[in-house]
This record gives sequence, C-alpha cells and structure tokens, in this order.
Amino acid sequence: MAASPEAPGLGSYFRNNLREYGILVALVVIMGYFQFATGGVLMRPVNLTNLFLQNSYIIIMALGMLLVIVSGHIDLSVGSVAGFVGGLAAVMLVHWQWPVAVVIPVCLIAGAAIGAAQGYWIAYWKIPSFIVTLAGMLVFRGLALWWLEGASVGPFPRSFQALSTGFVPDLFGVGKPNVTALVLGCLAAATLVYLSVRARARQKKYGIEDEPFVIFAVKNAMIVFALVFISYLLATYRGLPNVLITMAVLISAYTFLTQSTTLGRRIYAIGGNEKAAKLSGINTERLTFLTFANMGMLAALAGLVFAARLNTATPKAGVGFELDVIAAVFIGGASMSGGAGKIVGAVIGAFIMGVMNNGMSILGIGIDYQQVIKGLVLLAAVIFDVYNKNRQG
Amino acid sequence: MTAIMEMRGITKTFPGVKALDDVNLVVQPGEIHAICGENGAGKSTLMKVLSGVYPHGSYDGEILFEGRPMAFRGIQDSEEKGIIIIHQELALVPLLSIAENIFLGNEVATNGHIDWPETYKRTSDVLAKVGLREPANIAVGKLGVGKQQLVEIAKALSKRVKLLILDEPTASLQENDSETLLNLMLEFKAQGITSIIISHKLNEIRRVADSVTVLRDGHTVSTMSAPFSEEQIIRQMVGRDMNSRFPDRVPNIGKLLLEVDHWSVRHPEHAERMVVRDVSFNVHAGEIVGIAGLMGAGRTEVAMSVFGQSYGLKTGGTVKMDGVEVDTSNVRRAVAAGLAYVTEDRKGLGLILEDPILRNTTLSALPKVSRNGVLDTGAERQVAEDYRRAMAIRTPGVFQKVMNLSGGNQQKVVLSKWLFTDPKVLILDEPTRGIDVGAKFEIYAIINDLAAQGRGVVVISSEMPELLGLCDRIYVMNEGAFVGELAREDASQERIMSMIVKGKEEHHGRVA
Repeated sequence: MAASPEAPGLGSYFRNNLREYGILVALVVIMGYFQFATGGVLMRPVNLTNLFLQNSYIIIMALGMLLVIVSGHIDLSVGSVAGFVGGLAAVMLVHWQWPVAVVIPVCLIAGAAIGAAQGYWIAYWKIPSFIVTLAGMLVFRGLALWWLEGASVGPFPRSFQALSTGFVPDLFGVGKPNVTALVLGCLAAATLVYLSVRARARQKKYGIEDEPFVIFAVKNAMIVFALVFISYLLATYRGLPNVLITMAVLISAYTFLTQSTTLGRRIYAIGGNEKAAKLSGINTERLTFLTFANMGMLAALAGLVFAARLNTATPKAGVGFELDVIAAVFIGGASMSGGAGKIVGAVIGAFIMGVMNNGMSILGIGIDYQQVIKGLVLLAAVIFDVYNKNRQG
Repeated sequence: MTAIMEMRGITKTFPGVKALDDVNLVVQPGEIHAICGENGAGKSTLMKVLSGVYPHGSYDGEILFEGRPMAFRGIQDSEEKGIIIIHQELALVPLLSIAENIFLGNEVATNGHIDWPETYKRTSDVLAKVGLREPANIAVGKLGVGKQQLVEIAKALSKRVKLLILDEPTASLQENDSETLLNLMLEFKAQGITSIIISHKLNEIRRVADSVTVLRDGHTVSTMSAPFSEEQIIRQMVGRDMNSRFPDRVPNIGKLLLEVDHWSVRHPEHAERMVVRDVSFNVHAGEIVGIAGLMGAGRTEVAMSVFGQSYGLKTGGTVKMDGVEVDTSNVRRAVAAGLAYVTEDRKGLGLILEDPILRNTTLSALPKVSRNGVLDTGAERQVAEDYRRAMAIRTPGVFQKVMNLSGGNQQKVVLSKWLFTDPKVLILDEPTRGIDVGAKFEIYAIINDLAAQGRGVVVISSEMPELLGLCDRIYVMNEGAFVGELAREDASQERIMSMIVKGKEEHHGRVA
C-alpha cells in the first residue's frame, strides 16, 4: 500500500486497495446471493449458528496456515494431525477416563510436538516443507487408524462436547433473547471501532492516513452493523457458541501477532527474502521451527473441536481439511511465494468457503458440483490476485 | 556510408512517465556503438523498443534497419532480421547443456525430432568462433559467469546475427573475462558484425567503441566518435562538470577499532578447499580501508565469514573490537559486537524487495522500535523518515516498495538499515555496483560521512579507481590470502595489479 503524498480520491483509493476490499465485498455478495437463493434460510439463527460451528476448525487452522504460508512454506499434514489428535483425545477420555482438563492441554502439547517434529526437518535440515508435511500427512493418517484400531470412539463427556457445541449461558438470566450474546456483540463492535479510531488518530499524527474518511466511516458502520446483527440473530437462538469466543480470541491474538510484534514482522521478512532476513540477524531457523510448532498446536485444537462437534472420533476425521485451509488462506490474498498475507484475509477466505459449502448444501447442489465450484472460486481468486499485481507492476 | 540501423524520434510513454522523448540513434555498419547514461536514462527501454519487446505501435517514431522501415511485433521478428540482444541477466537454463541452450527454441530438428549430431557439430563451430573450449554436452550451470556469457554470444552467432546488442556484458565479469569479451567484440567487428554495447564501465567503452551515444532523462544528449575521454562522457551523462568523482575528505583517524587476526575459512561444500587463508586486517575509527583483488579472490568470503560466519566453515582466527575479543559466530552476535555488512548482492541478500522502505530500514534493529516485542509503528515511521531525509532517498514516501527504487536508492536503503544498528565498523561490499555515476558520488559522500562520525569503514571493490579515490589504506587480496598492504600515498593501480600478479608479501609504510 503505497501512500501517495496528496490525499487520493475515493475511486483511486479503492482501486489501489481492490484486493483488500474486494474479498470483503465478495463475501457480502456471496452471502447476499445465498440468502436470496435459499429464501432466507442462510441467515436463520439456527443455520448461522451451524455455519460458525461447521467452519470453526477450518478458521482455527487457517490462522496457523497463514503464518506457515507467509513464511514461505506449506503444511499438508494439518488434516491428518487434527484427525490423529482427535483420536488421541477420544482414547484418553473414553478408554482411559482422563479428565477433560488434563486431556485438552495434553493434546495441545502433543499437537505442538508433532508440528515441532516436522518443523525441525524443515527449519534445520532445509528439507522442503511440501515433502516433510506430505510425509506427515501419510504418517499421522496411518497413526490415527492404528491408534483407533480402525473404529470410532465416543461418545464424550458433556464438558468436552462443550468445546464446540456448548453455548455461553445468559448471565442476565433472560434466556431468550440471550442478553449476554447481545452485550458481548455490542462490546466487540465498540472495541473494534475504538481501536480503529485510535489507529486513525495515530496515523493522522504521523501524517500517514490515506484511507478516505468516507470509506473509514462506511467500513466501521458495516462492521458494527454486522457484529450487532449477527449477535442479535445468535441471541434469538441459543446465544454465542463457545467456539465463537475461542475463535474471536484467537483471531485477535494472531492479528496482533502478525501486525504489531517483532516476531510477526520477522516471519514476514523470512517469507519475503530468507537470505536477507538471515543476514539481518534474524534467527530464521528458529522462527520457521516455531511457525510449524504453532501450526501443529492449532491443528490439534481444530481436531479437538471437530471431535467434540461430532461427539465421536473416527479414523477418517480431518480428511481433506488441509485443502480447505490452504484454499482459505490463498483466497484471503496470501502470496504464494511468501512474505504477504493477512489474518483477516484468511478468516474471510475461510468464511467464503464456508458460506458456499453451507449455501450450496441448503440448495441441494450435489457434492460433485460443489467441488467444481469451490475449485473455480479458488482459481478465480488467485487469478484476480495475479492480474492485480501485473496491473500495478 | 549508410547507417545499418537508425532509430528516429523514438518516444515511449508509460503511464505518468515519458521514458523516451524523441530519441535518435544512428549505428553505422561494422562499428561498435556504445550507449551510455545514468540508470533510468532510458537505455534499456530504447533497446527493448529496438528488439520488439515493446511492439510496433506502442511507441512513436520509426526504426530503419538496412534502409527499410521495421515494425517488429515481438522479439522473434527482430531476431529474424538478425538483431539479437543479450540481456544483463543471462537467459540460460543452468541444467541444460551448452548445445541444448544454444539451440533452445531454435532446435536443429525435423518434425520435432532433434538431429543431435548436427546440433553438436554446429555447437562446436560457434564455440570455436567465441573461443570457448568446453565440451558441448556440459551443463551450463557448471561454467563460470564469464563462460556463460560466451555461450550467450555463441547462441547469438548461431542465429546469423547482424546487429549484436550487449546490455552490461561485463557487469558481473572479472577483469580477465571482461578482457576476453572485449577482444571478442573487436574480432566480430573485424568480421563485419555491428555491435551495440551498453555499459557503465567507461574505460571499456573508451577502449572498444567507435562511437558513443549518451542518453540523459530519456533524451539523446549527443553522439560522439572516437577518440573521446571518460571525462567527456561523464560530463554528457550527468549534464554538469564533475571536477572530482570523489568528494573531498580530510581523514581524522582515531583509535584501533576492529582487528581480525589469522582468519581462515574452508569452502562450505568442498571442505578440502581453503577459501580464506590466514588473513589479518584492522580498521581504526574514522578510517576507510579498502580490500582490492580480482573477483574470486575471497574478499566477500572473508567479510561474510567475519560477519556471523555467514559463509563457509571457519577454521581459525579471532575478532577483536576495541581491543577486546568478541564472538561473531552468528549474525546477531556480530551485530551486537558493532559490526555491519552491506552485501554486494542488494536484491538477493540485502533487501526484501516486496516490502516498503520502512520495513527494510528497521529490520535489523526491530527491538529499537518496539517494547516487549510490540512494535511502535509511529516510532518506526519516524526512524524511516529520518533516514530517508538523511540519505536523500528519492521516493514519494517510506511506504514505497523497494523493488520500485533505482539501484542507488536501494543501496541507500540498505545503508540505512545497517546504520540504524549503530555499528562501529561497516564492511561495504561493492557499494556502488550497478549504480550510476551521479548516485555513486552520493554513496561516496555517505561513506565519508560514516568515517567522519568516527566509524571504521571497510570497502571491498573491484573498481580500483574507487578504492584509490576513497581509502586511507588498501589491502590487496589474491587467492584467499592478503598479499600486500598499501598506504594511500603509495597506492596506484599498477602497484595493486603487480601485487596481485606476484602474489607475494610486500609491506609498505603502514599508516596507523
């Protein structure tokens, strides 16, 4: 985003930031289309709640995958790791009767260890991540089969299921609509507006504001409207799903990590030019290693959420997840060669995939056409990226 | 004599920029015609117009070749007429053989079936013409840059070239390879092949060119016929008299800062090869020290090895800063010890091209613009702006991607990055490579400033006049070892060359 010295016009600003707004507009358009096509089913509270539950694990993994892809790598193993860790948790909970409070941290640590093991070969032995994680994909799929002895294990204790299908209870005791959900939604909206107003004030102080006020205002109004509206819809059903809170916290944390910390900046630098980063005194090996360990941990969390949602762990859990996750990140505008991409983009990318899955299912479109359409959307998003880049270059 | 090639009134506009404005170029048959100009003067654009990279219709003006107007739609059209351009970045496939590269896209084949015996025969014919004695089936990647350049030229010859265009052919060659190439050009001239050479190396132009056309800011300034002097060309290029190519400086040399003793390094892959052998050198505060030598002498290797062992396997040696031994075993420790290394490969090793100036500037010292790992973006911007002003980086703002900057401005960004780490000693590796004359002067001024601030500066350069113009003291390196040391007043190009050739110890009055 090149800041020109004079205040740019609305049109030219929009053109220069086509990618960032484009994807948001795409999500809104897609949602609008399916809302219309499904005769309003898409935005029904029960379906909306489902939409979040269905996509939570993809979004959780997309956060880690964004870092992996930004650092110039790829992780194909996340689906298998999620499946394996789901199985791990199932056996601990059902067969061994371990308490949930122990199982969850143990599983997260196991996931981080798996990620670290793969990251070790990638970071310190310079083995291409495609190969290492392809191997990991096979290995952990196999281990999941072996560990579960080919069978499904379940059901789980309520407290574990709450990880995904639990809801934040109404602290105000009204119940319907769920006032807690409304209050939290408004609070989140207010916080976001406060943060962006503060950021804009800071930019102004340093004379770098380049977003026209109209866009700034419209953007914030939309965010407030969306958050309040969605929380209202959810409130009329069962309130905020626990996993939505988890996601919100993670999304905020990773946005902060990527945009405002030296750690995040360095990961981008590695993806941009690893040799230059190394010669600038950045410990490229350790950061790459940590990026994969982090991915493993998030894959484990996703595996837990997925298992909790199904209330059973199967050896086939997580098959093909990696493709949805990677697609979400690229639809979200991450660079294929590393060094560029945003958390917000990846999240919106995941929602685009999720809304399409959900909408097409409601419409009764067959899984065959669904795959074709999703594939074409991914291709279109990347072509749009490349086209944009060529136009600017 | 009628011109073999004439470009009349060429005007080429890009959105918002007039890259070429009414440029005229007349090339006589059988001559070597040089084109000079600062970076951004329009040389490459002009050659792209000529070779059809910018097709007919995308520019104004006309091109006459052998008296007839040409309307090239693409590079194939111009190659068909015998106009062949060899770009600065070689377009060879490293894993394919010499023969395969030479006939790539132009295979000796019937119905897609390659006639290998004929291919090899023709390959050895053209290799003989360029004087390259290598088997035709060896992979191009195994050759040095100089020989690769010859393969490119052989490729051009295989296409029955009438007008050969060489864009910065010697930029990445060492002295003797450059020599070979220049002789080859003269040989071609004897055979009646016309050449256009684009080069920053004015001494080479003076040697081989029959005429020179100077471009400045997209205009033709003049065309001169031999003989001409380097000063004449420079004056035309920058549009002003350059009384001195080096800014004035009064050395103020202080205490001993950096001492490297008995440094030895092995090759990273071939452990039996010693790349650096028992090298010792030192730098004082406020002193500019040069390291002279041919390419491949091991200068970059010493520098990168001392700077965080970024090259090869160190087998021995110590580094002292202010008289105290310091650990420079990785880049962070080297930086902490007060060292900075500005690489010769700006784009590959120095910058993150996709990132803006701001992010490149602070990359090596992020903790200085953050608290507990959280960036202070305001402070960061302030720092970037300060350096932009101090270094006179010409750009609309610090959010400009560095890939869009000229070589000189990119170098200033790299220098900013290292200055922000506040080093005691900077090692500058080929600081003016690929930078035009005007910007070179600015870089020299910055180097002088660094010394005036009391920092020690080590300059590695293949351009001897540069070392002679800048340095207080010059070390001479050859084949991995230091073969001599010269004080400013004793140094001359001849002395340095003879030290390299003799390769033996020769100590002259040390300045301290």
